[in-house]
Amino acid sequence: MSLVDEFQYGLDAPICLTWELTYACNLSCVHCLSSSGRRDPRELSTAECKALIDEFERMQVFYVNIGGGEPTVRPDFWELVDYATAHHVGVKFSTNGIKITPEVARRLAGSDYVDVQISLDGATEEVNDAVRGRGSYRTAIAAMEHLAAAGFAGFKISVVVTRQNAGQLDAFQAIADRYGAQLRLTRLRPSGRGADVWDELHPTAGQQRALYDWLLVNGERVLTGDSFFHLAGYGESLPGLNLCGAGRVVCLVDPVGDVYACPFAIHDTFLAGNVRGDGGFAHVWRESELFTELRAPQSGGACTSCSAYDACRGGCMAAKFFTGLPLDGPDPECVRGHGETALATVLSGSAPKPSLDHSHRTKPVPVSITRRPPQRICDENPLAATAH
Amino acid sequence: MSTERAAGPFDLDSAWLLDERVAIRPERFGALLYHFGTRRLSFLKSPELVAVVRALVEQPTARAACAQAGVSPSEMPRYQVALAALAASGTILPRSV
Repeated sequence: MSLVDEFQYGLDAPICLTWELTYACNLSCVHCLSSSGRRDPRELSTAECKALIDEFERMQVFYVNIGGGEPTVRPDFWELVDYATAHHVGVKFSTNGIKITPEVARRLAGSDYVDVQISLDGATEEVNDAVRGRGSYRTAIAAMEHLAAAGFAGFKISVVVTRQNAGQLDAFQAIADRYGAQLRLTRLRPSGRGADVWDELHPTAGQQRALYDWLLVNGERVLTGDSFFHLAGYGESLPGLNLCGAGRVVCLVDPVGDVYACPFAIHDTFLAGNVRGDGGFAHVWRESELFTELRAPQSGGACTSCSAYDACRGGCMAAKFFTGLPLDGPDPECVRGHGETALATVLSGSAPKPSLDHSHRTKPVPVSITRRPPQRICDENPLAATAH
Repeated sequence: MSTERAAGPFDLDSAWLLDERVAIRPERFGALLYHFGTRRLSFLKSPELVAVVRALVEQPTARAACAQAGVSPSEMPRYQVALAALAASGTILPRSV
């Protein structure tokens, strides 16, 4: 059996586990895949987080990708990072850079077990800040300067490729070279708030082709988190596993301990369980109905007859789901154009909405509660029916 | 013995060990390897190769480690190639004896 086949059937523990520590964030990026902003009162406590790290250690999860929200705003963030690395669980965390002071950068540079990923969605301030908010470009660049000055070689600069920045790939690479960092490019998903802006932000077909060509030339030195495997439909596979790892080699633990098939699929449909349940995370990973189902051979549906199917495997589950396409249908950004055709048949507003929204309330919340007159007397008083 | 990375074909007759920054996780097909220094993930595609890699540290030569893991002489060329790849990625290192 090939390695890819082995992975399709799942592993005893995930290879790549994303753990979002909090829904709190100082930014309000328009494409936030977890609709973050405000902390959730049910978020895992420090003790619960440590117990989960113990479990990762027992399962030999090599490292966790910590994200959020903005994970560094959790007061116990550094304590949890230290706890994880002391327990042989490496940490790669994503940040907008807000807490990466020169002092923090020096501390981070000293550990083999911690890696940092700075989010940047434009190689220029204008393009970046339009998506991530005013001041976010300067914050990110300052963090990179601190890391470089501290001698942290090879930290990551993480870029979500959009229509607005797809022409800046060489400029991103230049920024990475300037700070001795490695570029990481990932795909824009219509997940979370990303669903609201996907139509305007997702790369055009021409840009996708240019991205594919760029990755063929530069792919070996650029990380992609395997996120562009749908582009393999153009012909050649890009470096990486080229498969959807959801529930097979990848999963997401969200701030309240819910386990989803992948970081881009925060929806009840892809919720496998919660780490607070009996048997903890290992039980969810190994036994949950959803993950068992995902590890069974999948039907390619209408795509099976396409000559590109073996290469693209039908594309990204989350991208299909949140654009209202069937899971066994084409990816919305199918390189053969089948996605566009299929999208034309999706009724406007019929795509599933994310189950959770922790966005900052940008409009004032009305404080006066208007009362509608009760329709029936028992709507007002449950005892009314028996009171007469 | 030199600690320089070996150039040319893998030297089966010297001593090797797994880099201490590499973690091995057994899986059905063999094992997953993660190198915390280079942050690279790699795979050992058979349980026998896993046994060889684990035996390196306690055997005087890589050849002896292969023998201990039950690798037959006819299979040696294949294992030599696999070990060369692991040496090239810094997963295993020459060891002084």
